[in-house]
Amino acid sequence: MSGLDGTDLAILRLLAADATRSAAEIGRAVGLGQPAAWRRIRSLTESGVLAGRRVVLDNAALGFGVTVFLGIRLAAKGRTSLEDFERAVTAIPEVQLVQHVLGQFDYRLRITARDISDFERILRRRIMTLPGIGQVEANVLLSEERRPGPLGTLAQG
Amino acid sequence: MKSMPDATDRRILRQLLADPEAPNAVLAGRAGVTPASLWRRLERMRETGVIAAIQSRIDWRALGWEVEVSLRFNLDKTNPRAFDEFMAAARDVPEVIEIQTFLGSVDLRLSVIARDMAHWQQIYRDRILTLPHVSDIDALMLVSTIKDSTELAL
Repeated sequence: MSGLDGTDLAILRLLAADATRSAAEIGRAVGLGQPAAWRRIRSLTESGVLAGRRVVLDNAALGFGVTVFLGIRLAAKGRTSLEDFERAVTAIPEVQLVQHVLGQFDYRLRITARDISDFERILRRRIMTLPGIGQVEANVLLSEERRPGPLGTLAQG
Repeated sequence: MKSMPDATDRRILRQLLADPEAPNAVLAGRAGVTPASLWRRLERMRETGVIAAIQSRIDWRALGWEVEVSLRFNLDKTNPRAFDEFMAAARDVPEVIEIQTFLGSVDLRLSVIARDMAHWQQIYRDRILTLPHVSDIDALMLVSTIKDSTELAL
């Protein structure tokens, strides 16, 4: 999508931090009336730039103390094996993220578990039994931060 | 004192995670509580930090950023400041959209976006290879995201 101005980018920055702000609040923050802010938010949503909401929970407070990222190589490749693998892996509730990648691995997965022994159960019963699974590498997440990204530099683009 | 989320809170969170765009009145109906009670409980969970944030997702591809690469780093751990200095430098790169640290064979990971492959090459040479204390880099190029949710088996 082209033709975004500095006001659109400011709106994106505000909503990326807190999607629950009303159009009136957004308008006040960027110097627009509520109707004008609402029209811009609708246009950013219709063009697909604003793609829904992400609810970020304190997983540890809810009893999910462990997040693990897995790098997975498939043992055999081919269109059907990718489809079988993807169908099976997306159905696992503890798997939050599935990304198809190019490089040392074929897929990246994000897994949330209650603790290390819960993770071991998921790994053995759910992951290692996936169709076509080959090499698996696990890294335990210690910290993460999302950055605002290049919204500040887009205006010149 | 941090109040622990009770069974009703968890029911509300399940509904919220399953459909984050649903209006509060709809969520209240699905969770079997009144809208006023839903609002009160959501507010409390935001205050106590159980709900850390509700953010809009930005689709970078829709904004013309076609390339996303997951860069995995190993740092020179003989320097005790390696992590802090690396992360401070990575925060200065606008194309970095995510920073994660790990226990495992990888120390740290960055998600980096670019407009196209030529732009990627420029960022990689000018901003990534110049990051401090790097002993090894490995890149995974994103082909597609098949699932991306924050759902929990609550």
